Amino acid sequence: MAAPGSELTAMSTSLFLPRAALQSLFDVLAAQGYRCIGPQVCDGAIVYADIDHAEALPVGWADLQAPGEYRLEPSGGERCFGWSNGPQALKPLLFAPRETLWRSHRDQSGRLQFEAVQPPRERWAMVGVRACDLAALALHDKHFLHREADPGYAARRADLLLVAVDCSHPAETCFCASTGDGPAVQGGADLALAELDGGFLVRAYTDAGAAVRDMLPLEDASPEQRAQAEAQTAQAVSSQTRRLPSRNLRDALFANLDHPRWEQVAARCLSCGNCVAVCPTCFCHTEREVPALDGHSSEHQRQWDSCYSAEHSFLHGRLLRPDTRSRYRQWLTHKLGGWHDQYGRSGCVGCGRCIAWCPVGIDITEEAAAICGPPGTEAEP
Amino acid sequence: MTSPPPSPYLPMEAEVVGRTAQTRDLFTLRLRLADPGERERYAFEPGQFNMLHLHGVGGVPISIASDPEQRETLDHTIRDVGRVTHVLAGLVPGDRLGLRGPYGHGWRMREAEGQDLLVVTGGLGCAPVVAAIGYAVQRRDRFRRLIILQGVKHAADMIWRERYDAWARLPDTQVRLAADEPAKGWTGHTGLVTELLDQVQFDPEQASAMLCGPEPMMLAGARRLRDRGVPDGRIWLSLERAFQCGVGHCGHCQIGPYFVCRDGPVFSFAEIGWLLGTKGF
Repeated sequence: MAAPGSELTAMSTSLFLPRAALQSLFDVLAAQGYRCIGPQVCDGAIVYADIDHAEALPVGWADLQAPGEYRLEPSGGERCFGWSNGPQALKPLLFAPRETLWRSHRDQSGRLQFEAVQPPRERWAMVGVRACDLAALALHDKHFLHREADPGYAARRADLLLVAVDCSHPAETCFCASTGDGPAVQGGADLALAELDGGFLVRAYTDAGAAVRDMLPLEDASPEQRAQAEAQTAQAVSSQTRRLPSRNLRDALFANLDHPRWEQVAARCLSCGNCVAVCPTCFCHTEREVPALDGHSSEHQRQWDSCYSAEHSFLHGRLLRPDTRSRYRQWLTHKLGGWHDQYGRSGCVGCGRCIAWCPVGIDITEEAAAICGPPGTEAEP
Repeated sequence: MTSPPPSPYLPMEAEVVGRTAQTRDLFTLRLRLADPGERERYAFEPGQFNMLHLHGVGGVPISIASDPEQRETLDHTIRDVGRVTHVLAGLVPGDRLGLRGPYGHGWRMREAEGQDLLVVTGGLGCAPVVAAIGYAVQRRDRFRRLIILQGVKHAADMIWRERYDAWARLPDTQVRLAADEPAKGWTGHTGLVTELLDQVQFDPEQASAMLCGPEPMMLAGARRLRDRGVPDGRIWLSLERAFQCGVGHCGHCQIGPYFVCRDGPVFSFAEIGWLLGTKGF
């Protein structure tokens, strides 16, 4: 994440891109050799896919989210980013849902050769990233790049340009203000936009971002436009009603491993793993062997896994976590507890996806409060 | 564009150079890395593990049982309990497989030097402690008392009697065996192996303990050692989880603040005692 100082610099030099000129962003990215990925409406949700025209953005759409609910509705305006998020974050693009890690080949004499799979290299730009997604990305960087670096993640990450957008319309399920991760972009991107009715305030955080910015038909931003953007962010903060009891629940959770609430939430939880799939920070994956029919070659693949599955806790013939109670507790104590020791902060960035995409509407903020005490009972660190 | 880092997941080719059967389902594979350069670079400490990969079948984590100074080959004592280990059980000298590692932190053998060393095992074929005992026996003069406590469920399960007898003949070395269910002629202790901790002589102020086995047994043992005055930081336990990646990426061995594959598998009681024995972790 950029230091607070660089944020001020970026803000003070903000420029304005008129709405009519938004296409220039996509044209400049293409001209600079980026494959562009951006948000679009597909099957009733906002998803990220290849994009080269501004009209393909979710223009005039809003998302209505609630526990167990996600719905898109026309908002009537011209806004392209007047929604909070869809089920995906950056996660599927950087941490592929399924990926071959290496191949083995066996020759006639039985000798084996192991060949690492080199990820394809391509410069690409992701447009529309939110502050919560950037916070999750910073966590995945720690997980996949520090100590032992994951080659596939490292390659995709190194080739990625991030064009972020300040979140102006948080959903009812959002609580990024309480986790300290949003709604405005605070760094961690190359370029950031703040969408106003007439266009976009543009600020660059990196040289790569500045190189794109410098090619856009920008005007100086007026003090009114800047004030409007600030007011919009303030409104986005105050509209959020959910919050976690504290940013660090590690001790509170591990002190309450026998709390009766675990049993109660387990009675509602389907152990389906939807929360894990949409969580931008969950990283568990399982490895498997996919042999070719001729027996000579075999692919060693990995795919996303979930701590809600029985197999996740399998240990030669028994399950460490045989019931939903222990699996939900595993997920929550890791996400809001163990992450502090492992990554220096909570694993929750307040995006609210796990609340909206849970088929039975289990709310992480409600469960954390029931187990650790409601917000306000513990001082913020 | 910068080139991506080398893959931490890529196995090396290894050859089976020996296979010994200990029991009907327990066997030891002696493996040799095929590439001389890789053989030269490979170094491990007792208590660390390798991932063994069978072409077209899959991989399993297996503790290294041989001595770290024996650089030519690596022994892996394996129980035939699952899909992959069953195929491993059928390997014969000359067969090839993938090996990557070593992973995690092993026993802190050097920290234990100059002290009494207690090795407490529940169940058979606990490879991590076989490595620790082997290490101490090979360097007997670096340790003071060596106390080996081995527990089994049924006395009839007790194998390797000659090995325990040989250890018992070493200077200043005590070997005590325990069986929950004794058989006719059983001369060892009847009951839990951890009960033997009250019956052996050692200096708690100058002792290190290494425990391996079912977690309730390790918890009971660690508590008894603590009661006798051994500091939590010198009671070591080897945990077992379903390791897949070995480098703290896949998440299967996450427990509290740790990934067992990377931060363990050997932990001190001070580090892991607060979670040990908690169902679901």
